[in-house]
Amino acid sequence: MGEFKVHRVRFFDYMPSAIRAMAFNSHTERLALVRADGALEIFNFADHYFQEKVIPGQDGRAVEALCWVGQRLFSAGLNGEITEYDLENLRPRYTVEAYGGPIWTIGSNKQGTLLMVGCEDGTVKMFEILKERIQFQRNLERQKGRIVSLSWHPSGTLIAAGMMDMIRIFNAETGHATHRMLVERGVGASKSREVVVWSVAFLSDYTIISGDSAGKVQIWDGLTGTLVRTHLVTKWDVLCLSVSQDESSLIAGTSEGTVVQFQFISSTVDQQEEEWVRTRTFKNHSHDVRALAHTETAVVSGGMDTQLVVRPLLDKVEKNTQESAMRKIALPHRSLVCCAKKAGLLLFQFPDHLEVWRVGESDGHGKPGDSLPVKRKPEKLIQLKGKGGDHIYSSALSPCGEWLAYSTVSSVRLYRLQYNNISITKVSKLPKDLCLGHQLCFSSDSTKLFASSRHSSVIVVALNQLECKYLHTLKPKSGSRQPVHLLCTSEDGKWLATANTDCEIHVYDLHKRKLHCTVPIYSSCPTAIAIHPTTSHLVVVHADQQIFEYSLVQKEYTEWSRKLQKQGLHSLWLERDTPVTHVTFSLKNPAHIILHDMFMFCIIDQSLPLPESKTLLYNQMTLRSLPEQERIRHSHAFKICKNFKHVMCVSLLEDHSLVVVERPLLDMMSQLPAPVRQKKFAT
Amino acid sequence: MVEHGDIRVVHRGGSKINFRKPVITNDSRFLLCASGESVKVFSTSTEECIHDLRGHTDLVTGVLIKPSNHLQAFSCSADGTVRLWDFTDGILIKTYVIGYPIFSIHASPHHEGVIFVVTPMQGDKRSGELFQLVAVHLPQSGDQLVEARELSAVLTGISSNPAATVFGRGGEYIASANGLQLEVYFFKKQKAYRFSLKEDNKKGGKNTFTCVACHPNDDCIATGHEDGKIRLWRNFNHKKEYTYSTLHWHHSAVSSLSFTPEGTNLLSGGIESVLVQWRYNQENQRDFLPRLGAAITHIAVSPDGALYCTSHSDNSKELTSVIESKPLFLTLLFRPRAGESVGTDLMIDPRSKSLVLNGKPGHLQFYSLQRDKLLYNLDIVQQEYIHESGLQQFEVVKAAFDASGNWLATVEERKQKGAELELNLKLWAFDEQTQSFVLNTTISAPHEAQITGMCFSHATDSQTTMLVSTSKDGHFKAWQLAAQSQTDGPSWSCDFVGAYHGLVPECCSFSADGSLLAVSFQEVVTVWSPASWELLTTLSQPPKAIRNLCFGRLSCSKYLLGTTDSNLLCCWNLLTCSLEWSTSMDVSLLLADPLSENMAAFCCQAGCTDLFVFKPSEPRPLFSQKAVCSGMVTRAVFAPREEMLESCEESSQWLNRSQLYFLTQYMVNNTNRSAVKEKKSAVSKRLVIDDSVAMTPFYLLLGKHRQQQQGGDDPQSGVSAERTPLPQGSVAIKELLQTPAHVLPSTSFLCSMFVQSLLISVTDSREESKHAEEEMESEKEEEDSEEEIESSRTRPEQQAAVGGGEAAESAAPAMTKAQVRELRRVKKLDHSWLAGLLDS
Repeated sequence: MGEFKVHRVRFFDYMPSAIRAMAFNSHTERLALVRADGALEIFNFADHYFQEKVIPGQDGRAVEALCWVGQRLFSAGLNGEITEYDLENLRPRYTVEAYGGPIWTIGSNKQGTLLMVGCEDGTVKMFEILKERIQFQRNLERQKGRIVSLSWHPSGTLIAAGMMDMIRIFNAETGHATHRMLVERGVGASKSREVVVWSVAFLSDYTIISGDSAGKVQIWDGLTGTLVRTHLVTKWDVLCLSVSQDESSLIAGTSEGTVVQFQFISSTVDQQEEEWVRTRTFKNHSHDVRALAHTETAVVSGGMDTQLVVRPLLDKVEKNTQESAMRKIALPHRSLVCCAKKAGLLLFQFPDHLEVWRVGESDGHGKPGDSLPVKRKPEKLIQLKGKGGDHIYSSALSPCGEWLAYSTVSSVRLYRLQYNNISITKVSKLPKDLCLGHQLCFSSDSTKLFASSRHSSVIVVALNQLECKYLHTLKPKSGSRQPVHLLCTSEDGKWLATANTDCEIHVYDLHKRKLHCTVPIYSSCPTAIAIHPTTSHLVVVHADQQIFEYSLVQKEYTEWSRKLQKQGLHSLWLERDTPVTHVTFSLKNPAHIILHDMFMFCIIDQSLPLPESKTLLYNQMTLRSLPEQERIRHSHAFKICKNFKHVMCVSLLEDHSLVVVERPLLDMMSQLPAPVRQKKFAT
Repeated sequence: MVEHGDIRVVHRGGSKINFRKPVITNDSRFLLCASGESVKVFSTSTEECIHDLRGHTDLVTGVLIKPSNHLQAFSCSADGTVRLWDFTDGILIKTYVIGYPIFSIHASPHHEGVIFVVTPMQGDKRSGELFQLVAVHLPQSGDQLVEARELSAVLTGISSNPAATVFGRGGEYIASANGLQLEVYFFKKQKAYRFSLKEDNKKGGKNTFTCVACHPNDDCIATGHEDGKIRLWRNFNHKKEYTYSTLHWHHSAVSSLSFTPEGTNLLSGGIESVLVQWRYNQENQRDFLPRLGAAITHIAVSPDGALYCTSHSDNSKELTSVIESKPLFLTLLFRPRAGESVGTDLMIDPRSKSLVLNGKPGHLQFYSLQRDKLLYNLDIVQQEYIHESGLQQFEVVKAAFDASGNWLATVEERKQKGAELELNLKLWAFDEQTQSFVLNTTISAPHEAQITGMCFSHATDSQTTMLVSTSKDGHFKAWQLAAQSQTDGPSWSCDFVGAYHGLVPECCSFSADGSLLAVSFQEVVTVWSPASWELLTTLSQPPKAIRNLCFGRLSCSKYLLGTTDSNLLCCWNLLTCSLEWSTSMDVSLLLADPLSENMAAFCCQAGCTDLFVFKPSEPRPLFSQKAVCSGMVTRAVFAPREEMLESCEESSQWLNRSQLYFLTQYMVNNTNRSAVKEKKSAVSKRLVIDDSVAMTPFYLLLGKHRQQQQGGDDPQSGVSAERTPLPQGSVAIKELLQTPAHVLPSTSFLCSMFVQSLLISVTDSREESKHAEEEMESEKEEEDSEEEIESSRTRPEQQAAVGGGEAAESAAPAMTKAQVRELRRVKKLDHSWLAGLLDS
C-alpha cells in the first residue's frame, strides 16, 4: 500500500444544521428535506439514498414545511412566504407572500390542484396551483389561534387543522368549520400551558390522528368529531406524524428522539375489525425528531441531531440483505473541502463563509502509525464571509492557491489571494455569462476557471493577472436539463469531464473546445469522477459503489474496467453504505487510484489481481503479520485503510503527503444543544 | 404383640410450593399448589392448608382446574399419571395413566375431553432436553384407574417450562416459546408459525424467552425475556407481517406474565419483587406493587379477577386483593436455604420450641414444627434488601441461643469483591413484654476474619452467660455480659481473647455444665477452663483437622467427641485425657441430643447419607440406617418432643424424647416412627389420645405421672414414675373408688395398680429395672450409665444430674406430697363436675 506522511486534519468545524421538515415523493422516490438554515436537499431513494441535489439556504429564511405536488416542490416558512423550487437550476423559482403571518404548515390535495397553508393569524389559505405559479384562491373560516398543522382528506372534501388546544375540521367546499375537537392538556405543571397539536393526519376512513405537545397520539373519528383512543407516547412532545401509503402503519416522532410505530391491526385473527395498536419503538436519535417520512419499506426520520436515519421495516424487506440495513446519513455526499495540491492549502466551505488553511509541516520520521512532531502548526490564513445573505453553494481553490472562487444561488465571486503578506482582492469585473455556478473548478495550471451553468453547460473563463475573460461555453448534445454536480479537469489541461444527475458523463476536449465523448450512461448516479494524469483514463465511481475506468483516447472502457465488471466487485465493497466522494491519483505510482468514503480510504492497485469473492477484503492487518513473500501472494488490488473515521476529504499533495480531513461525529454531537432530560435507569 | 415400630424418614414440611404456578379456584376460595409429591389446597381466607391431595408417587409438576367442571382439578406428575381430584373434599376421583413422565399440563374449555401434557420426546432418550406437547384424549370410563393411551403430538421441541406454553384466545391456538423461538400453532388450520429473535441485541440484552401469556380476547401474545423486556406480539398469523411492541420496565429476566381474565391488565414479575400491572393498550400506565419480599416466580389471577396470587422464590405466596390494592394476607412458608453455602445451623428456640434458621434475606425465621407454619421473621440485618442478582448483601451466617432462650447471638457478614469483609456480631435479649428478641449489643468487626464457630455456655445455674466465637483470624474470643455504669443497662463486651500457636480455630463447644470449653485448632483440640481461662489440656488426633466437636451429655459428659477430615470419629475421655475409642467413618455432621446422651452422626457416602445414633459410652450404635436420604445432610437438629413417647423398641428409644430433624438439599425431613400399632398397656393408649379426653381425676393422676417422666431431665424431679403412687396408694385408691366406673380405665389395669398399691414399697432393683424397661427408655439409660460409672470424681455430679436409684428413694416422699396436693385440688374440682353428672 505504501507509506504516506498523513496530515490528519481535524480543524474543519463543519456543523450541519438540524433537519426541520421532509417530504417524500413516492412516485419519483425522492426525499426532500429542509434544514434549519433553509438548505434543501434531495435524496434519491431509488439510487442508494444518494444526495442528488442541494439548494443552499439563505439567512433568515426558516422553512417550516415542505410539500410535493407531482414533481414540483413547495415550501413555506415563518417568513410568511411560499416558495417553489427550481430543481433544475437549484434555486427558488419564485416566492409568494401569503399575508397571514408566519406559515406553520403547508399541504396539498390529492389531485394536486390546490395548495393550503396554515397561518399564524388563524387562517387556512388556499392557493390554486397553476402551471407556472400559484394563485391565491380563498381563505377558510378564520379561527382564533394559529393553525399549526393541516391534513386534507383524500376525497378533498374535509380538512383537519391542528391548532392550539383543539383540532378543527373544515368543509373544504364551504370553508366552514364543522367540528371542534378539544385536545386535553398535559397533567401537572403543564396543565396551564396550551397544548399544541403539532401534527394531524386525515385518513381515508375519516379517522383523524393527531400528535400533540402533551405527548399523546390520539385517534379521532372525523365524521362525529369524537375521540376514539389516546396513546400516551412520551412525556414530552409528539412533533410529527407520518402515515404509510396504504394507511396500515403510522409513525410518530417525539422529543425524546424515539419514533413510535402504530399499526392498523385486527385484534383477532379472523375478524375484519381493525384498530390502531402501538407496536414498535425506534430510538435512533438523541434529540427531537422533527421530520418523518413513511416510505413503503422504511421509516425515515430526522431532527435536531442533524442525521437522516433510514430504518427499514423488517416486515417489509427481505431480512439480512443490504436493503434491511439501517442507514445514517450524517455528512453530505459532496465535497466541502478543496485542496490546493501545489500550495498545500485547504479550502473549507461552510454555509455562510469560507476558510483557507495551510497544513502543518513536520520533518520528523517515524514508524508507521507514529504521530510525528509538528514543526509548523496548521494555520488559518483567511476567513471569507459570504455576502448578501445567500449561502454558499460551491467553492474552489486553484491548485497554485492564488485564486479562490465561490458561488451562491445568485452569483459567482472570484478572489485573488496573496500569501506573503496575506491579502485578498476581489476580481470585480467578471464576465456577464458567469452568473451561475453549480460547480466550480480551476484548471491544473490555474489559468482557467470552469463553472457549470444551466442545462449541464460549462462556462470557461480565462484568468490572468490583469483580467478575467469569458472564453466559451461547452454544451452537451443530450440536452439534459439537470444540473452538473461533478466537474473535473485533467492534469495536462486537455480534458474536462462533467457529470449530471441524469447520470450522464460528458468529456470535453478543451483544446478543440468541443464535446469529446459521452461515457455510456449507467443507471446509478456518479458520485466521484477523476481523470488520470498520465493515461487519461476517466475513473467513475457510482452511488451503487461500482467503479468504471473509461479510456478517453479510445473512447471505451479499459481492459481493467472490463475485467472488474466481469469478475464483479467484492460483496463487502458493495455493502458499504456511504458513497465514494473523492478520487485522486498518485503521481509516484500511476497504477494507484486513491478514493475514499466516510469510513475508509482505499488505494486500488491496478497492477494487482482483483479480490475473489471469497478472499478477505479488509486484509491490511493480516498482511502486516505475514512475511514478505507471503504478502505478495495474499495481496489484492483493494487496499483499504480504516484508520480514519468520518472522512470528508482525502487528497494527495505534491510532496506525496496525504491530507485526510476528518470530522468526528462525536465532535458534532458535542456541539448540539442538550436533549430533553430523560430518566435513565440506574442513574 | 407389638408390631415392629421401625424408624423412617418422614418429609415433614417446608417443601417447595413455588415449584409450579398456583391455581385459584373459580370461587376464589381455594388455592391449589403443587408441593412435592402432593397437591396442597390452601384456603384463601384463612391461609390454612385444608387438604393435602396425596397419591402421586413422584414430583407433582402441574395443577389445573378441570375446564368442564370447576370443582375438580387435574394434577400431573413425573410418575406418568394425571389424577383428577375433588379438591373441596380432597378425594381422588380418577387416575389416568399416561406412561411417560409429565412435565406440565394444559387444557382449554374449547377442547372437550382432551388435555395437553408435556412429555419428553419419545424414542430419543439421550437428548433429555427436548420435549413435546401431546394431546391426550381422556377415555370415558367409570373406572378409577384409566389407561389413556390415545396420544397425539401437537408440538415438538418445546420447553418443559410450563410458563412457556399457553393457550390463546378461545383455545384456537397455542403459543410456546423455547430459547429464542416463539411457535404459534393454530388448531383449526393445523398450521404453525415460528418467529425467532436474534440471540442478543446490540445493547447486550438477552432475547431468550422466559415466559408467555396470551390475551383472553384479543390475538395478542405477551412474552417475557431474559433482559427484562416484555414483547406483545400481534398479527402472528402471518409469516412476515407479524409485529410486536416492546415494554421495558424489569431490569432482570421476566419470570412470570399473566393477563387478567378480562384482558384489561397484564401482570408481570421478576427478581425485583415488584408486581407490575400494565394497562392493556395503554402500556404507559403501569401500577406497581413493590416490596413483595422476594423474587416473583409465578403469578396467578383468580377467574373473577379479584385476587392475584404471586409465588416467590423464598417459597412464599402472597395474595393481593385487586379492589383494595393491598396485600390481603401473606403466607410465608418455610424457606430451605440448605442449598446455599452460607446459612445458620438449624436451631431450636428453647422458649417457643420452634425451629430457627435463615428466613427472608437478612432475617431469621421461627418456624413451628408442630404446625408446619412460619411463626415470624426476626430482622437481623436491619437493612433494606436490594432485589438484584449479583449483589453481595449482608447475610446471617451464624446464630446461637443460650440454654434458657434469653439470649440470641447472630453473626452477619458481607464479602464484596475487593473489599474488606464486613462482620457484625449482634446479641439479642428476649423481651418478656413484647415476647420477641430486642437488639442489645452490636459488635462490629468482632473478628478480623470470618467467624467459624460460636456457642453459648450451657450452664443454666450460672448467672453470667458466656459466648465464645472462633474465627479464621486465629483467635477465639469470649464475650460476657457486663453491667455498664450508664443507664443503658448491661451490654456485651469481650472478656478473653485466646489463641493457640497461631493456628486457626474451627469449632468450639462448652461442656454440659459449662465448666469446660473445647476449641479445636486444626488437628489439636484445646480444653480451657472458662472460669480462669487456663489451658487445661490439649488433645490431638493427627493428621487431619477437626471438623466437628461435641461434648457428651448427662452421664457421658466426661466424653468429648470429635470428627476429623480424615474420616475419624474420636472419643476422648476428659478424665484420663486420653483417647477412649475411635472409629473410621466419614462423618459430615455430628450432633448431640440435649435431652439424652445420644449422639447422631451423619455420614455421607456415595451420594447417600447414613445415619448413626450412638452413645459415647457404648461401642454399639443404638440405631443405624443406611441411606436415610439422598444428597448431603448439611444441617440437623434434635427437637424436643412436646410429649414423650413410650417405646420399648431398642432401636427407636432414642427418639422418645426428641425428634431428629435434618435438612437436605430441598426439604426438611424428620426421622419419625411409623405409626405404632399397639402398645403393651392401656396407659399408653390413653396417652396417645389424652389431649382429646376430658379432665378426669384419673387422667390427672396418670397424666401427672407422665409429665414427671417427661421432665426426667430435670434433676429435681428425676424420680422413677412407677414408684410414686406406692406410699400414698391408699389415698389414691380412695379417690379412684369414688369416681364413676364409666370414666375409669379397664379393670385389668386398675387391678394391677390396686395390687401394686397394696404392696409395701421395698426397693427391688431387679423389679425396678424391669419396670423401667417397660415404661421408659431414658430411665433405663440412666441406670445403665450408672452401672458404668466408675470414676469416683464424677459420681456426685452424676447423681445430682440424673438421679440414680438411691436418689430416687429419698426424693420419693417429697413427690408424694405434691401428689396429694394435686389430688386434693382435683377433689375440690370434682364436686361441681360430679353434681353436673348427677343432675343429668
